[in-house]
Amino acid sequence: MGHAYTPGLKVARSSVVKKERILPLKGNILVNEGDIVDFDKIVAKTELPGNITAINIANRLNVLPSELHEFMMKKEGDPITKDETIALSKGFFGLFKSFIKSPIDGSVESISTVTGQVMLREHPIPVQVKAYIKGKVTKIFPTEGVEVETPASFIQGIFGIGGETNGELILGVEKPSDILDENDIKPEFKDKIIIGGALVTSAALKKAIAIGARGVITGGFDDKDLREFLGYELGVAITGSENLGITLILTEGFGTINMADKTFNLLKSRQGFIAAINGATQIRAGVIRPEIIIPLEKLEEGKAVDIQAAGILKIGTPIRIIREPNFGHIAKVISLPVELVTLESETKVRIVEVELFESGEKLFLPRANIEIIED
Amino acid sequence: MTENQKEIKSILATDCGSTTTKAILIEKQGDEYRLVVRGEAPTTVEAPVEDVTKGVLNAIQEVEELVNKKFLDDDFNIIKPGKSDKEGVDIYISTSSAGGGLQMMVAGVVKSMSTESAERAALGAGAIVMDAIATNDGRLMHEKIELIRNLRPDMILLSGGTDGGTTTHVVEIAEIIESANPRPRLGTSYELPVIFAGNKNARELVRERLEKKTAFEVVDNIRPVLERENLLPARLKIQELFLEHVMAHAPGYKTLIEWTDVPIMPTPGAVGLIMQEISKQQNIQIVGVDIGGATTDVFSIFENPEPGGEPVFNRTVSANLGMSYSISNVFAEAGLDNIMRWVPFKMNERDLRNRVRNKMIRPTTIPQSLKELVVEQGISREALRLAFKQHKSLAVGLKGVQQQRTISDAFDQEESGGTLVNMMALDMLVGSGGVLSHAPRRNQAALMMMDAFVPEGFTELTVDSIFMMPQLGVLSQVNVKAATQVFEKDCLIYLGTCISPTGIGKEGKKALKITITYSDGKTVEDEIDSGLIKVFPLGVGETAEVDVLVYKPFDMGEGKGKNIKKTVRGGTVGIIVDTRGRPLIVPTNEDERVKKLHQWIRAMDAYPESIFSY
Repeated sequence: MGHAYTPGLKVARSSVVKKERILPLKGNILVNEGDIVDFDKIVAKTELPGNITAINIANRLNVLPSELHEFMMKKEGDPITKDETIALSKGFFGLFKSFIKSPIDGSVESISTVTGQVMLREHPIPVQVKAYIKGKVTKIFPTEGVEVETPASFIQGIFGIGGETNGELILGVEKPSDILDENDIKPEFKDKIIIGGALVTSAALKKAIAIGARGVITGGFDDKDLREFLGYELGVAITGSENLGITLILTEGFGTINMADKTFNLLKSRQGFIAAINGATQIRAGVIRPEIIIPLEKLEEGKAVDIQAAGILKIGTPIRIIREPNFGHIAKVISLPVELVTLESETKVRIVEVELFESGEKLFLPRANIEIIED
Repeated sequence: MTENQKEIKSILATDCGSTTTKAILIEKQGDEYRLVVRGEAPTTVEAPVEDVTKGVLNAIQEVEELVNKKFLDDDFNIIKPGKSDKEGVDIYISTSSAGGGLQMMVAGVVKSMSTESAERAALGAGAIVMDAIATNDGRLMHEKIELIRNLRPDMILLSGGTDGGTTTHVVEIAEIIESANPRPRLGTSYELPVIFAGNKNARELVRERLEKKTAFEVVDNIRPVLERENLLPARLKIQELFLEHVMAHAPGYKTLIEWTDVPIMPTPGAVGLIMQEISKQQNIQIVGVDIGGATTDVFSIFENPEPGGEPVFNRTVSANLGMSYSISNVFAEAGLDNIMRWVPFKMNERDLRNRVRNKMIRPTTIPQSLKELVVEQGISREALRLAFKQHKSLAVGLKGVQQQRTISDAFDQEESGGTLVNMMALDMLVGSGGVLSHAPRRNQAALMMMDAFVPEGFTELTVDSIFMMPQLGVLSQVNVKAATQVFEKDCLIYLGTCISPTGIGKEGKKALKITITYSDGKTVEDEIDSGLIKVFPLGVGETAEVDVLVYKPFDMGEGKGKNIKKTVRGGTVGIIVDTRGRPLIVPTNEDERVKKLHQWIRAMDAYPESIFSY
């Protein structure tokens, strides 16, 4: 077998990035095809149905559910305001009447003559979708959303926390092996996205939040610090909705791991550019990885890399080792033996022979334990 | 069908999992059906391919290459029936759990009664239960509405009320669903299926509320009277709707449905079928487990506590306990101390945490070093233990049932609804899933199951060799003989019989005396101390007579200090005597823990010698 399918994380210097910006429910599109939009431009909006409040009016008025309509002052669909009387008992010779007042502003959703339950719905909740990246609107999905496209540098992370944001990229360290510490975080990093190296310390992250940085990109992060940062033990890896005041993206993994040179150098070369980042990660069926998108004026080197294409492992392919031992090291493929090989763990697997870039050392590794560094 | 069965010579079966699609070829060789070969390919439900059939064809092509036969024509259609020994197959069948499987929400009136029955019906059909809503679940009405709206299940099963009983409460739940106006997970072009399996007098009232907003279906009440559960109609309807609504909207499934000779089943539903078939044929009580990357399924078939009743089948799925995608959740749920119980060397917390997280973010990696393997197998013990604990809490007798008590029962305060899982009565443990089926040494699988399930008395330990139970489950619907023959000959690997008395003995004191009489008449006699594991050879396909005399405080089910005789089956490991005691206690002191684990690992010959020098 001369090659094998091994998908990896994308690190593309110049590529065409397309982003679909879709509403959670049908709504209005606020831009036209061909428009140039900025990061925070609202491109579509809609209204989510308001929250429901249920009141068992039959019970409250002490009447039979089947008679409920006689006591209701509002019909299904009628608008209501807070503290407005919506039901009234007849009382005793016109005395001792009981009132039911609306606890919300909204409308009457339904009246049940079986259970006596009346559902009240609050006013709709407006939802807006931003462009997220600076670019051109290339497609309109009527009532649903738009597609925005831009030439950009595109980097996939391995794990992230926090949602979409944007800011100017700034270097917090000098080398990909450096640790981003508290002392590296300066007040001028406010509203910026800080580029770290092999690790960001818990103190540095806290300070970054305190000074108002928008994001941190790092090679590694300690799981113990993640727990402290989140305030709970992360169970299933579905993230992105955290509201911690910052978006954190790991490019390599947990622990102290040098950021891949290629990633670090690309980010370094884009210092001063505005990047859109999203920490949202979902590691299950329908995998989602965090991303860094740095919009460019035009494509470089006249070619776009297809960021959807899956990688094929061949001799000479640059790879990253993604499991202990040698976790995080970068190497290139030198052979792809066909035979199964028994590892130290006595597991029999198909392997790949690689040569470490730094030391030139040659190693045999399970194919499952490497990933291609994608162009 | 009998006529057709005679003609079936070759069977092609696939299981479309969330990451891999597995194809197996079964052929009739002489008088019996045997597994010929297995092929696999990545599942292609998601972008960029978004067509499940591509992965199926790739897996079938691998099978074609391995056996040098032709199953696909030039237009990539499966050639059926077989034209010759070299071309085509007689039937093609498939199961599927791709795209997250079948995700359901259940609702009922009383949490511990109709809602619990609905949960059992959904789980038994092969679904993951995302949430169970009941009128008395402690949540406010708007919270329930919000939940239904946000979860976007594939299907809802609504139950509640006994036939002829009050209708108000079940209508209330229907109104909650109506207000939430739920939308299905896969696409917006179809309506969410809702099955009503509650009080028959409430059918029309519920229909009025839900028919306009959902694809509404009615089946017989799952709890027609308090004393009886009737889960089958709901289960069958779930599987039918799974195919019609859910699968039909998943990419490529319309074509796949056309290819198969019998309806595609949810993978766990099919595994449940084959386990029930085996339990019935061998008249044994079984616990089976399938530990995957994201989820762990547990199945059990135990005697019905009601005299003359059918054996009770239960299946549970722990949606967030697994060895790759969900490994961090195992860590979060079990806690550091419980994981460390199984690590036979010293390790710092930061190191262990980062290793677990890195497995989570790169779920397809495999342990290269021995140390990593041992840690992963340690975590798997906790995943299995937690999943089994959850199973025991759901595999229970019916709650809320009045029991007739005699004078002698009057002092026995046991409530209705106790677990049906009786470890002492359990005959066979079946393990499957990567960490068990692919453990480098079979002894490791045996030790993992012993530590996680803590069997009692005599228990046969087996593993599924290559995880083909799903395909055999569907096959059992077409051709029971083929399914059971392949299950016995090619699927199950017997590890041996575990003999474990209950009770806790003192370290260094004698626990039991065992006399093993082999089929050649040779006899082995031994006395074993408390707190140990000892293995006696007994190969695959061999049996031996065993006489166990336990000393107080130990018990083999016959009472403390009594003896018991039994014929036991051997396996790749043999007869395993486990006198560690029940409940199983691992020392908390690090040095003592390491020492004990070394002792047990050595007795089982579970790992290479180098493990003792870490």
